[in-house]
Amino acid sequence: MKAIKKLILGSAIATLAMSSTALADTTLNALFMSQAAYSEDDIKSMTDKFEAANPGVKVSLEFVPYEALHDKIVAAAGAGDDGYDVVLFDVIWPAEFATRGFLTDVTSRIPADYTDKVFDGAWTTVEYGGKRYGMPWILDTKYLFYNEEMLNEAGISSPPKTWSELADQARQIKAKGLVEYPLVWSWSQSEAMICDFTTLTAANDGAFFNEGQPAFTEGGAKTAVEFMKATLDEGLTNPASREYFEEDVRRVFSNGEAAFALNWTYMNALANDPAESKVAGKVKVAPAPGVEGKSVASSVNGSMGLGIPSNSPHADEAWAYISYITQKDIQDDYAKLSLPIWKASYSEPKVIEGQEDLIAAAKESISVMYPRPLVPSYTEVSDILQKNIHEVLLGQTGVDEALDAAAARVERIR
Amino acid sequence: MFGRRRKQEKWILLAPAILVLALITLTPLANTFWLSFTDTRISALPTPVRFIGLENYIYAFTDPEFRDSIYRTLYFTIVSVGLEGILGVAVAVLLNQKFRGQLILRALIILPWAVPTIVNAVAWRLIYHPDYGALNSLLFQLGFISDYRSWIGDPSTAMNMVILADVWKNFPLVAYVALAALQTVPGDLNKAAAIEGAGPWKRFWSITLPWIAGPLMVVMVLRTIEAFRVFDIIYVMTGGGPADSTKTASFFVYQEYFNYLRSGSGASYAVLVAGISAVLILFYYSNAKRQASGATA
Repeated sequence: MKAIKKLILGSAIATLAMSSTALADTTLNALFMSQAAYSEDDIKSMTDKFEAANPGVKVSLEFVPYEALHDKIVAAAGAGDDGYDVVLFDVIWPAEFATRGFLTDVTSRIPADYTDKVFDGAWTTVEYGGKRYGMPWILDTKYLFYNEEMLNEAGISSPPKTWSELADQARQIKAKGLVEYPLVWSWSQSEAMICDFTTLTAANDGAFFNEGQPAFTEGGAKTAVEFMKATLDEGLTNPASREYFEEDVRRVFSNGEAAFALNWTYMNALANDPAESKVAGKVKVAPAPGVEGKSVASSVNGSMGLGIPSNSPHADEAWAYISYITQKDIQDDYAKLSLPIWKASYSEPKVIEGQEDLIAAAKESISVMYPRPLVPSYTEVSDILQKNIHEVLLGQTGVDEALDAAAARVERIR
Repeated sequence: MFGRRRKQEKWILLAPAILVLALITLTPLANTFWLSFTDTRISALPTPVRFIGLENYIYAFTDPEFRDSIYRTLYFTIVSVGLEGILGVAVAVLLNQKFRGQLILRALIILPWAVPTIVNAVAWRLIYHPDYGALNSLLFQLGFISDYRSWIGDPSTAMNMVILADVWKNFPLVAYVALAALQTVPGDLNKAAAIEGAGPWKRFWSITLPWIAGPLMVVMVLRTIEAFRVFDIIYVMTGGGPADSTKTASFFVYQEYFNYLRSGSGASYAVLVAGISAVLILFYYSNAKRQASGATA
């Protein structure tokens, strides 16, 4: 009898041990990007904290360039259990991912009180058709960075409030010979250029679509492209901008070869880091300017969220990880390269300290964040705009001709 | 009776190989072909597959941008394979001479080909960099240019710059095959021709080149197929830009599949790219056949 009891107890313990090893075996595959926002080191460190707090779960991290992120998520959707459990996705994809069923609907997992605690612009990142497909994580927009020393040397006392003021200041700086090209942008044929274009369109009160029809052929969007081209023609914009990505902008600006640059949050910390920059300490940040009579400031919604692919077999563990690294405390601790999604964070001393101007700019920029078109065919719309605007910037076609061609092509999308 | 058994045996012995080939090549090929007549999209949700006939092909052919990309691809193929052929044979002829250090040089010349395409593309992108690229620095110091300029950011030079990077990487393959073939050219033949009064140029054209034409043809066919479906080197170097000036036909396959998630339409572009390379290969073969029959006659 005793032997039997022992046996039962023994097998019970064995079962228990086995189930706990099953949990310990859970390894989450997570996909992140290796440029802008949080650095790889930051993400590794957050993940270590999560693993320490959740002994059952391991997270295997994969970092890819932003340009490869979309394709990786799509390709892994067909990988069954071997795909990703957590993916970082851009604000421009939820429409497409939701209609194709790539991401798990997590609306019911998000506590109701979060809705008011997190910025609306951040929620836009994960929402489509009234449902939420993840948790916002990176709340980002493009800010205007300026080299304060150069502005002072040119006799300019405060950064520009409008884009035409910015052009004037750039002219003064160029005239004084302080730098050959005062402006640098990420205008390669890529999404990076569309972000700058969107910022300028927002400033000019333009629109991409009007009742489903292309509306970028006139008004603010057209003015935006004309402005871009004019700064090139006048020699205010570095002509190499037409092949630059964000990292090139950061490098040129950090080398002291530009007075103004439009870039994401992460440049603030790096351009002020003496190990990364020759102009450390001289870099200030402000909201991207507005246009008189149309806007006070301008900003593109460049946020990103974390979601669970629908083929993940570990949705619960994945959600635990997402909840952990998107929580306020963690975001507040890593607020140098990417700013938190939580409203309350912007009055936390540890978030504000040492980056007062960034936080001040963020408060203004976040309130005017402008979305890129939230349509399922966004990727294709963007490709079309990239190509046609690039032709204008390279002097191959006129603004009207290029935007009309883009509109005709957008209407051809199947 | 005996002959029939031999025939049966042949098929039995071939069966495993045919089966494997059918599984790994014919099935995907047939599947792609079928897909190209449907409106299938990549989706995690169950979606009905509709047969739409030639619609995808009509969409592709009525697209002036796709036609432009075909011309661009042909330009890339002809120029890069042409240069690789000329440079490859020239280098092979040099390496076929007897000189000190010949073995080391023969080993060194294969290095570019051994570099992975992606690494090669990234390296050349750095060389062409508008601000701190080696090419600008070199040309500036030699006095050829008065100011640093953009190479792959300028639509008028981008494609040729990509071609240069491709030629650098791939000419060693042609050189190696040509060198191997050159070593089989009988020395007597050349000596006899020299005695008859044929100069080196004449000897090269009427003895050496025809002798190595067979193997050279094989490597040129291989390079043509590869060049026509070029994607990786361009994707890394320019991403198809600036203003689509390096966007080759394969970009449409990739874009339709992975960016726009239209696998049906993507398949039709894939079939078109494969079809055009098949035509190029046929052209080579008929040429080779004509040459071969000419040689025997």
